[in-house]
Amino acid sequence: MLIDRITEGLRDPELAGRLSRQIHDAATRPLRLMEVCGTHTMAIFRHGIRSLLPAEVELISGPGCPVCVTSAGDIDQIIDLADRPGVILATFGDLLRVPGSDCKNLAEARAEGANVEIVYSPAEALKIAQATDRTVVFPAIGFETTIPVIAATALEARQKGINNFKLLVSHKVVPPALYALLGDPELAVDGLICPGHVSAIIGEKAYEPLAAKFHIPCVIAGFEPMDILSAIYLLVRQIQDGQARVENCYGRVVSREGNPRARAMIEKVFEPCDAQWRGLGAIPGSGLALRPDFSDLDARTAFGLVFHDVPEPKGCRCGEILTGKVKPPQCPLFNTRCTPTRPVGPCMVSSEGTCAAYSKYGGL
Amino acid sequence: MCLAIPMRVHEVLGDPGDPLTFPVAVVDEAGVRKEVRLDIVDRWPVPGDYLIVHAGFAIHTLDAEEAETNLKLMREMALHVDRQDN
Ligand code: SF4
Repeated sequence: MLIDRITEGLRDPELAGRLSRQIHDAATRPLRLMEVCGTHTMAIFRHGIRSLLPAEVELISGPGCPVCVTSAGDIDQIIDLADRPGVILATFGDLLRVPGSDCKNLAEARAEGANVEIVYSPAEALKIAQATDRTVVFPAIGFETTIPVIAATALEARQKGINNFKLLVSHKVVPPALYALLGDPELAVDGLICPGHVSAIIGEKAYEPLAAKFHIPCVIAGFEPMDILSAIYLLVRQIQDGQARVENCYGRVVSREGNPRARAMIEKVFEPCDAQWRGLGAIPGSGLALRPDFSDLDARTAFGLVFHDVPEPKGCRCGEILTGKVKPPQCPLFNTRCTPTRPVGPCMVSSEGTCAAYSKYGGL
Repeated sequence: MCLAIPMRVHEVLGDPGDPLTFPVAVVDEAGVRKEVRLDIVDRWPVPGDYLIVHAGFAIHTLDAEEAETNLKLMREMALHVDRQDN
């Protein structure tokens, strides 16, 4: 089938080798490229992309793992709710082992009797609510790809009149975080590999003001080896030529306009708010909260939760990892006290976390 | 979290005109049939199309021609200098 042939082409080792040679030829000085998205971090390791790059090109990981950037205070609220009688906490599996400020995680809360269900989609959480009298809480954590999915589920709950379904919302949007990151004088980044599926929603045009303001080239990439290598190649070319444009290597999924239908769905249910990012701190306008019209779905209101700003786990350098300032092996806890089976920080827990990627694939 | 593998559509079920039915596409994932929601998809799919799916919802309907052009551009990038070398 055509699509199989295309996938094969995107993984063709010979083509990848040629693109690798092009990158070697094009890169004549040291360059630092940031892959913003956690799925890219994983794909780069899985496909051995670093081994195809010249010494001049350094890849650093950015803040693009939704679980990793969720503040410790938000994680505490999730665990607090899971522990309450009459609550079923339905969550994406990634959150299960993220430790709260007192080191307890959802898996342990469950072992102690909390009702925690793992779901693959918020729609499944809503189904659980339909079949029970208990209150089902879904921790709504994610970027622009996940947010419309949660918005659609909120609308379904509304249309079907399901009142025992609540959202604990900690949504984050990517562009304001990139502004904050690039505005940091300590961060030296020459180009951005922009997330594939966030961009499917927000479109190429979302990066244009950013590229212009910080004079930084931005290239959108998919997740196959050829996708990532071609994005790196275009970035290296732009940097060498002194350009700062938005280019798109994932044209089969991302358009200039993105997905307006999904964005309209987001707008119906959510409105911009300030948000607290692990590693980056508070960023104005970088979150999305439920609109007042949907406050009946808000778990914080329903349970009267108060946010406490709690410190990061002791010794954990996730904050600097998420901003590309240090690499996991530079953390004294990496692979010693902090391992994928006993994680200290969220970057080691999430399947998209940078520390988890370095640990799983042996670091570099 | 992001699944990059497009899933093939077998059929589309449900009535987009009825607010209480939520139309789904029946897709094939690693040989298993499952339903994905179409609430936020950018283009309504027909059987034979491919979908990019996130957390049970389709976010994009893939056009095979677009996918081919995408690969062609990358192939050109990969072969460009070789041509100049020769
Ligand atoms: S290795 Fe563990 S403790 Fe160190 S930064 Fe990563 S997650 Fe935090």
